[in-house]
Amino acid sequence: MAAPIKITTPFTLEQARALKAGDLVLITGTVYTSRDAAHKRMTEALAKGETLPVDFHNQIVYYVGPSPAKPGQPIGSAGPTTSGRMDSYTPQMLDQGLLGMIGKGYRSPEVIAAMKKHQAVYFAATGGAAALIAATVKSYEVVAYADLGAEALARMTVENFPAIVVIDSTGNNFYLEGQKQYCRLPADNNL
Amino acid sequence: MRVITAQMVTKAVAELAIKANYYLPEDVKTALTHMHNQEQSPLGQEIINQLIENAAIAAQNDVPICQDTGMAVIFLELGQEVHIDGDLQTAINNGVATGYSEGYLRKSVVAEPLFNRKNTGNNTPAIIHTEIVPGDKLKITLAPKGFGSENMSAVKMLKPSDGVAGVKKFILDTVLAAGANPCPPIIVGMGIGGTMEKAALLAKKALLRPIDRHNANPDYAKLEEELLTLVNLTGVGPQGLGGTTTALAVNIEYYPTHIAGLPVAINVNCHATRHAETLI
Repeated sequence: MAAPIKITTPFTLEQARALKAGDLVLITGTVYTSRDAAHKRMTEALAKGETLPVDFHNQIVYYVGPSPAKPGQPIGSAGPTTSGRMDSYTPQMLDQGLLGMIGKGYRSPEVIAAMKKHQAVYFAATGGAAALIAATVKSYEVVAYADLGAEALARMTVENFPAIVVIDSTGNNFYLEGQKQYCRLPADNNL
Repeated sequence: MRVITAQMVTKAVAELAIKANYYLPEDVKTALTHMHNQEQSPLGQEIINQLIENAAIAAQNDVPICQDTGMAVIFLELGQEVHIDGDLQTAINNGVATGYSEGYLRKSVVAEPLFNRKNTGNNTPAIIHTEIVPGDKLKITLAPKGFGSENMSAVKMLKPSDGVAGVKKFILDTVLAAGANPCPPIIVGMGIGGTMEKAALLAKKALLRPIDRHNANPDYAKLEEELLTLVNLTGVGPQGLGGTTTALAVNIEYYPTHIAGLPVAINVNCHATRHAETLI
């Protein structure tokens, strides 16, 4: 495996364009956490013409609902949640300048089209590696929607957070490429 | 008659909730190491490595393997000579609430599913399946079920004429549709026979069996092998990024069914096929 590419936030368009589907990365800096309920509130706020609690320009969002932190720890276990549940909200977030997303699983054609338009990048973190990922989190601070508990919008500082570029800024999709390479099902599907 | 108090049940359930969420079962660890050595994709190997390392960190720091500490699914085998002193259901839910609070586990249950979806705040209620068995003991198994994988599960009422080929097609369709979402490598629980709800329950129960043990019926044991091979030919691979390890195991349970039917349920689980049990 090639050595991972180090990314330091703020994420820039130049960094985004340089990444290719299949690249391993280590992310250091600020990412924002948000999942279903916070996305719903943010898109509702946008529909009402309100501004969002955070300026998402050139930011990365991590789809996560961490488990509670033990005393003395910044965060509990914190692996990615399924990104597809955020698909219906994502084009609007990308319109706000969001440039990177970390999650797991497939994205819709609409999200991929919006990503290409904005040259945004989708990263996958390893689902189920929640304790390992939590060890890269240095701080976690709720910035809005505290009533949502684990689903609150929070600012997180990470150091060498491991992820993989799955959909790059030109729309190349490593889920498709990777699986095609290893698929050995009989072509006629004759079972 | 033997008396088991509600307090004993509550204490046992609380301990099981924490244990199941912190410590990856040995059979899964062994399977991960085995599959790591066989995996053909270098990226797939790297991912399996992360999962092995993750289990070690979780156990060492006493933290959850996964942040989705699930809905608590509880299987009770209640001896018919046991008298429970107190309310059994309340005792179990008190145990879940205590375990999820004291263990710093995530509370992921909403009180009502469709309209306001308000979190109950203590991960209750549990899903409780009770079987009355001979004897004077109570066996409690707690299996926290995360929904990344639960959402990818399916039930299908096949026709008897669909046969083994129909079962193979169903598992392939389900695994391919699930793809990256249930955090592969997955463990597949399959229930065949019974009625619609019985098949679903069998599929869930199949996930409780250690993955290094096959069904006692040789026909079903062979089918487990065949389905595992088939699933691993899909190329989905670790995290859906391509590879030869899509599943670690396929566990099947079966039950008699109606002359007109062939119900099949597939319960998808991530690698963290968490469960812990105790006998009171």
